[in-house]
Amino acid sequence: MTRISLTVDGARVSDDVEPRMLLVQYLRERLGKTGTVIGCDTSNCGACTVHLNGSSVKSCNVLAVQADGGEVTTIEGLAQDGQLHPVQEAFRECHGLQCGYCTPGMIMQSVDLLNTNPNPSEQEIRVGLEGNLCRCTGYHNIVKAVQHAAGQGATS
Amino acid sequence: MTATQERPSDEVEREIGRDRRRKEDQRLITGRTRWTDNITLPGMLHLAMVRSPFAHATITSIDTSAAKQATNVVAVLTGADFGEELGVCINAWPITPDQVTPNHSPMPSDRVAFAGEIVAVVVARSAAEARDAAELVDVEYDELPAALDLKDAAADTVLAHPDLGTNKSALWVFDSGEAGTGGAVEDAISKARGDGIVIEREYRQQRLIPAFMEPRSVVVDPTGEQYVMYSATQIPHILRFALAATTGVPESKIRVIAPDVGGGFGGKLQVTPEEWIAWAVGRRLGKPVKYTETRSESLVSGHHGRDQWQKLTLAAEKDGTVTGLKVELLADLGAYVAIVGGGVPVLGAFMFNSIYKFPAYHFAVQTVLTNKTWTDAYRGAGRPEATYAIERLMDELAAEVGVDPLEVREKNWIKHEEFPFTTVAGLEYDSGNYEAATARAKEMLGYDELRAEQAARRASGDRVQLGIGTSTFTEMCGLAPSRVLGSLDYGAGGWEHASVRMLATGKVEVVTGASAHGQGHETAFSQIVADRLGVAFEDVEILHGDTQVAPKGLDTYGSRSLVVGGEALVKAADKVIEKAKPIAAHLLEASADDLEFAGGRFSVRGTDQGMAIGEVALATFAAHNLPDGVEPSLDSEATYDPVNFNFPHGTHLCAMEVDTETGELTMRKYVCCDDIGNIINPLIVSGQVHGGLVQGIAQALWEEAVYDDAGTLVSGSFVDYLLPTAADTISFEIDHTTSPSLTNTLGTKGVGEAGTIASTPAVVNAVVDALRPMGVTDIQMPCTPERVWKAIQGAGSGGATEGAAMPHFESGGEMGNQEQPGTSSTEGAGA
Repeated sequence: MTRISLTVDGARVSDDVEPRMLLVQYLRERLGKTGTVIGCDTSNCGACTVHLNGSSVKSCNVLAVQADGGEVTTIEGLAQDGQLHPVQEAFRECHGLQCGYCTPGMIMQSVDLLNTNPNPSEQEIRVGLEGNLCRCTGYHNIVKAVQHAAGQGATS
Repeated sequence: MTATQERPSDEVEREIGRDRRRKEDQRLITGRTRWTDNITLPGMLHLAMVRSPFAHATITSIDTSAAKQATNVVAVLTGADFGEELGVCINAWPITPDQVTPNHSPMPSDRVAFAGEIVAVVVARSAAEARDAAELVDVEYDELPAALDLKDAAADTVLAHPDLGTNKSALWVFDSGEAGTGGAVEDAISKARGDGIVIEREYRQQRLIPAFMEPRSVVVDPTGEQYVMYSATQIPHILRFALAATTGVPESKIRVIAPDVGGGFGGKLQVTPEEWIAWAVGRRLGKPVKYTETRSESLVSGHHGRDQWQKLTLAAEKDGTVTGLKVELLADLGAYVAIVGGGVPVLGAFMFNSIYKFPAYHFAVQTVLTNKTWTDAYRGAGRPEATYAIERLMDELAAEVGVDPLEVREKNWIKHEEFPFTTVAGLEYDSGNYEAATARAKEMLGYDELRAEQAARRASGDRVQLGIGTSTFTEMCGLAPSRVLGSLDYGAGGWEHASVRMLATGKVEVVTGASAHGQGHETAFSQIVADRLGVAFEDVEILHGDTQVAPKGLDTYGSRSLVVGGEALVKAADKVIEKAKPIAAHLLEASADDLEFAGGRFSVRGTDQGMAIGEVALATFAAHNLPDGVEPSLDSEATYDPVNFNFPHGTHLCAMEVDTETGELTMRKYVCCDDIGNIINPLIVSGQVHGGLVQGIAQALWEEAVYDDAGTLVSGSFVDYLLPTAADTISFEIDHTTSPSLTNTLGTKGVGEAGTIASTPAVVNAVVDALRPMGVTDIQMPCTPERVWKAIQGAGSGGATEGAAMPHFESGGEMGNQEQPGTSSTEGAGA
């Protein structure tokens, strides 16, 4: 067991974890952060995407011990003071989700995408979300949601 | 206490037709979700499955001793430990009385029939420890020859289940001559051989995997009087029935909950070995247990879809007027007959004739057992296969006649003034307008301009050729009239149930038996009830997915939720109004005959007297002043059995660019105009169409479940099974024409499967259209760049990819392709 201490969604947490424990397992099983989900085990689907020290990571591809001392933001910590993040709002406005399983990861990746490129083209959005799979929406309205969040006036 | 908002219809926008944002989303976008795997109960134990690596083998021994010794392992159990207590997995649709159906134990102890089948279960305090210990279970197998290739299996070369003596499960036949719905197809074909056109093709429907994003998960809690099963399922009600029917637990002792369910697409329309094993372990140990599959387990053991060889003969006159259609299918069931199983191709049986006026039709499907993962419903279930075949054939016919593909379709389709129309398959299409949808789609695509560009590229010998693909589809959905299901030997009905509860605070609880997994029922159903009762959208709460809350239902699949479940809602709401009327009359001191109900309000005709339905609900709750003999409740329920299927249709047009040097495909534009009748929520409809399109496009271009020679699924992870990404796809242009359904109150038609059913042939037709001048007439799906390139290279020798269009029509027997299995069968050829 290894002791780790980190900040998750603004709260300081500390636990003994097995060195092999994945960050996503730590979030879900130890912290109850079940808003972040597991979709594939092979880092293809991106459902488990969170932010680690300000950048998006697939939390099934990061060991919990690698997050030691770091700052993690999950979908549950994205809204501030009861105000949805503009990307969350945009996903609802543009019907960018159906079953909602990919949505936490898709939103976290979209936030990271817009942090890096605040005014992306459609193609840049599509490439920027390439690591996140959705089986429901056909991506059409997800792209629209990101455009909407970028202030490009898109609606579904 | 707030009364229900009055919502006079002349002052407030109707809810139906509004693009309401979804009620569901607030939770889903903030991570406040209840997926089955999120559920943790006190004392919960975790399961890991030990699975066979062999496609077909005898189990000679299972040594669990090492696993049992592992730290924090509670139990290791095999099929032998349970015996009959384990129950069986059932097939609900024996398509013929003599169907050959192997016994399907959730955990066999003598022989495994596909790679991935469960042979032991490990129970431990954590999922990680269970999985570690599963590695310690030592299973000895004697490998047996495996039946893998569908055509070989149909010839009984190797038996998937040696004790059955054959791989042939059932032969299901529909013949219009025998049914009295049309002529004899052989006559039509003979005549066409003499003086008309005969198109003979064989198409492959490759095996697909539903690949819902949420892996399946099951939690069993045996600690209360009712055993509770939480499952990531589309079918909580059917699951409860099946558990009771096969495990000996009274139905009244079983509660099934489908909490948030992350997609299904038919893939969670199943009763699974994993559910049955978790049920048995939970009952045995008396503790809550949870099993969540890995993605690879999901891909290898969750049911697959499609997987047919389609042998097709279309007869026509010289001018392209169709005269007959003969369809002979081989359908791969996999190792077991799943819950719908052979019913999937039968659902397609009525759809090959599609929108065209064939005077003669013959359909036969031979279902076949193999040593591969079982198959069952996947989005569209039988209708995508049918639509693919007929829409490919219509393009071939157009090429033969030498006219535009839309022209030959229009020559043969049912004209809008001919509805209602009884088809050669015996279905009555109530409404539709193929002319209008096609005209709109052509306009959206810029059809004539693109045809001109295509001609210019052909003339200049451009390296990048342009193809335009057409699909004028229809489908039958809204499963289903119970009498029809009964006549087809399906084991249940097709009704749906709803109840409406009028709460004293003015809120309305609506219970539906249609269990959503991403469709947006909570929003769309709220709109329906809000309009019907004249209450505020926000005041309606939709409850579903828990058999203790929603005790009756037949769940969600087959594009049935709105057209069957929605109609049940309407009928239940109407009963509420009927029950409220005498109470309102009493309170208003008027005759019930003088009351009218509109906009949520009972009014006394010719006066300004009236009261809102919420006020009636409150007065009924208090029950201080009700008419004599009237029960103090407005709550009502309804069970609705549809009178017919319904028949959405549409015209889909796809423009594909094909790099003739590399085989690379680029989708240039995709437009569709679907007619799904009246629309409740256009935003939700758009999402259903977009998502459906991509699943259908993915079949055309990317997805295939591939097995190696040993029967191992080699596309067993998302590294290998090619789900499209945002970067692979484009934005779509969609629109609608409206021909309301005449068989339900709201005039709605199903939309959940339409995009998937329509899009696959549109894409492949576009690719073939681009390459037809080079002699290409077929490319086997998925149309990978390699296959496209090979088709171009091989065009000089007949234009077909290997394995795609083989000559095999010489036998002429009823099911010739089983009698003479193709020796060059190429499962996954060219992949």
